[in-house]
Amino acid sequence: MTVTARARITAAPGGRLPLLAGEGPLALRRTRAREPGWAQVTTVGAMSGPLGGDRLRLTVTVLPGAALRVTSAAAMVALPGRDGAQARYDTVLTVGEGGVLHWLPEPVISAAGSALRMTTRVELAAGAHLVLREQLVLGRADEPTGRLTTRLTVRRAGRPLLDQELDIGPGAPGWDAGAVLGGHRAVGQVLVVDPERMNEPVAVALPGPAAVLAPLPGPGALATVLAPDGLALSRQLTGIAERMTSGARREPVAV
Amino acid sequence: MPAAAALLLLADGRFPAGAHAHSGGAEAAVHAGRLTGPADLAAFCLGRLHTTGLVAAALAAAACAGHDPRRLDEAADARTPVPALRDTARRLGRQLLRAARATWPDPALDALAARHPGGLHQPVVLGLAARAAGLTPADAALAAAYESVSGPATAVVRLLGLDPFDATALLARLAPDLDTVTRRAVTAADAVPEQGTDALPAASAPLLDIAAEQHAARSGRLFAS
Repeated sequence: MTVTARARITAAPGGRLPLLAGEGPLALRRTRAREPGWAQVTTVGAMSGPLGGDRLRLTVTVLPGAALRVTSAAAMVALPGRDGAQARYDTVLTVGEGGVLHWLPEPVISAAGSALRMTTRVELAAGAHLVLREQLVLGRADEPTGRLTTRLTVRRAGRPLLDQELDIGPGAPGWDAGAVLGGHRAVGQVLVVDPERMNEPVAVALPGPAAVLAPLPGPGALATVLAPDGLALSRQLTGIAERMTSGARREPVAV
Repeated sequence: MPAAAALLLLADGRFPAGAHAHSGGAEAAVHAGRLTGPADLAAFCLGRLHTTGLVAAALAAAACAGHDPRRLDEAADARTPVPALRDTARRLGRQLLRAARATWPDPALDALAARHPGGLHQPVVLGLAARAAGLTPADAALAAAYESVSGPATAVVRLLGLDPFDATALLARLAPDLDTVTRRAVTAADAVPEQGTDALPAASAPLLDIAAEQHAARSGRLFAS
């Protein structure tokens, strides 16, 4: 049996959540935010998945001047469905003027034989702030990866800032060769968009053997890290994320 | 000039647009030990063709079809997350525009050069050069796709002393993939009027991005990128 699940989060100034609705694999819980004025939501998948054929859609809106952190309780494991059908997981994140979104889910793990297509579409106002972390782990312990296709599209003030698709696993041409992943089994990114701090572009850095931190063509920076496994990836990304966000805005901007 | 001959000229590695100074990430891959022989090169080129090559082919097709070069250049920027590759793409774009204006004189190319003194991403210029030469969006896409693999293959012959017959044979074996990528690129470019540049593919190759910045920071390089 396949699942179609939708969830919606709307964050308003003062840590309010006027809309918090989720179900099944996208069940949501309000969790305690460390900072005043923030709201924090954790996705608590009520079942493992997605399985092939599932359709998940998460819509997050951060209203002007609001601050929201979204985390997840556990990694999401893409598993094969009965008939080899592809699962879909679509996320739409919108951040208004002066709003802050920290989008920090746990890794997505692509199990052998699974097929998952994920899209993350981010629409930022010119004065919106974003910290986004993405971690993809190719296969559980000692198994080959499934097929995993991800697209991350970030637009700021209506113009494209970052657009990246990654197509990994059986059937994706050349994915494991020296141009794309070169035998690495985990890939992650940290994206920071900070219109006030990044008037001056960040300097390029090479924080690991297969890692780069670089300015985007706009007020943002992107770190891309490849690692042998999920644990090594997570360690590297945590360090880089701290470096990228030190001094970043913790308060929403009054509008 | 008949259009078929114009395509040969545009896709010729000897077309004086500066491409010979670049290895398409192959030198960095050789340096990192990820590219050691013909089998690695074939897999490297396949991955590059279906990522960077596909994106370049779609940008070239869209530019040749007459879509706004400024919007296409923005789309190219968003698909190029490291400055080393953005700088390389613009430098190659300026060099190609200079060569194309001399080869196929066209007021549209002159106006482009005047409007974008900093240069545009090379695939966008490639599409406009193809247009000036009387070629189609499919021609422009094929030229871009071919260039995405012919550059690294030629460079590796020099870098590893690889047998040129092996390098040429692997390019010939990529022919069906070149056709597939060209078709996908043209289909995506056809969708731009309705869906905007988000319709263009955004296939990324993380190691090419990472290695491009590592390469830029290294001294004693044979190729600029």
